[in-house]
Amino acid sequence: MPSVSFTSNLNRHLDCPPRAAAGATVSEVLQAVFHDNPRLRGYILDEQGRLRQHVVVFVGGQAISDREGLTDSVEEEQDIFVMQALSGG
Amino acid sequence: MSDRLMVATRKGLFLYERGAGGAWNVGNESFIGDPVTMVLSDPRDGALYAALDLGHFGPKLHRSDDGARTWTEVSVPEYPAAKDDDDKKALKVIWSLEPAGADRDNALWAGTIPGGLFRSEDRGESWVLNDALWSDPLREKWFGGGFDDPGIHSVCVDPRDSRRVVVGVSCGGVWITEDGGASWRVSTRGMYAEYMPPELREDSAIQDPHRVVQSPQATNVFWVQHHNGAFRSTDRGESWQEIKPPPSAFGFAVATHPMDANTAWFVPLVKDECRIPVDGKMVVARTRDGGESFEQLRSGLPAGNAYDVVFRHGLDVDDTGDTLAMGSTTGTLWASNDQGDRFEVVSNYLPPIYCVRFV
Repeated sequence: MPSVSFTSNLNRHLDCPPRAAAGATVSEVLQAVFHDNPRLRGYILDEQGRLRQHVVVFVGGQAISDREGLTDSVEEEQDIFVMQALSGG
Repeated sequence: MSDRLMVATRKGLFLYERGAGGAWNVGNESFIGDPVTMVLSDPRDGALYAALDLGHFGPKLHRSDDGARTWTEVSVPEYPAAKDDDDKKALKVIWSLEPAGADRDNALWAGTIPGGLFRSEDRGESWVLNDALWSDPLREKWFGGGFDDPGIHSVCVDPRDSRRVVVGVSCGGVWITEDGGASWRVSTRGMYAEYMPPELREDSAIQDPHRVVQSPQATNVFWVQHHNGAFRSTDRGESWQEIKPPPSAFGFAVATHPMDANTAWFVPLVKDECRIPVDGKMVVARTRDGGESFEQLRSGLPAGNAYDVVFRHGLDVDDTGDTLAMGSTTGTLWASNDQGDRFEVVSNYLPPIYCVRFV
């Protein structure tokens, strides 16, 4: 099962410890996380389901390419990192 | 008389309290490090609201029921889902927050960037987009002023009839509903826009009222600081007459006396691409005769080399009409106990100030 970690800067606002979550795409994995932590969704995605402008998601060390649909595929044992982009600093 | 003042800044919310000697001191700090774009003290139930714009993680809204000691995150307005990419709007800033009327318990209005007006019936737990205003064909003419997208910065709920609401849009005119938001019409007769081509100068839906305020007592009286002038209405916003606060027609903020509809304060700046105090000297322009004449109030304000801008929500007057608070982009906070005859510096060292509001 893929594992998901979140920037520690989110800890100022809400709890989101690293965890494993099932899914074959970034969208599926994140939806599994949001199912258990619904408030987190609005910190990562906007209301249209797009990645927030200054949030970056890495899968296996690569920034994802589909920031609107989050369709990038995820392998079974891959690590996903949700980070804040320096562009928003 | 209010002895508490909320100051919303680029780096947090500061709740000031006035001590026995009259001095204002910070009683409470909240959201340190986070931009606070708007605050509301709801006189109906004592709740405080703080709207945040977390740069990375989006706009948030918090409510406090214990005077800012603790805060609870509530919901933010959300734009409806859309299939067409051009229609996929997302909340950028909560720019105005108002109680929806003394007879509408728990109901709030929120004006936002990129232009949606939202209503909550449950103290911010949920929000619904006002579809009538959002769907108006004239909204297509709105455009951003200062921000990339248009926004609603002023929501004036008539104290005598909560179904009558007047909102100000930058850039998109002044809009009126008589039926609680079921239908809207734009009303800017008398306003003009020097920043548009001549044939569009008086077009209603492109006017840029920077701030709209309503007299709480004489509810037919409105004041507007517009992008290229100041205007007053004495007929409930149906028509507007230009007034000329010195030394410059440009500015963002206006406040009106709670009992005297002829008294208002403006904070003029050099127009419009420059946006600093005229000659670097801070001034507040006060009229006591409905805009026929103005005094330039300078006592206690910097007499030179001042580059403070007072944003549209950066000026407030308390319910006595005597105490003013004013906060600037350079982090200076002033207060006056005598309607602006003399200002005193409360702090020179705050972060850039977005909004001041008496509790």
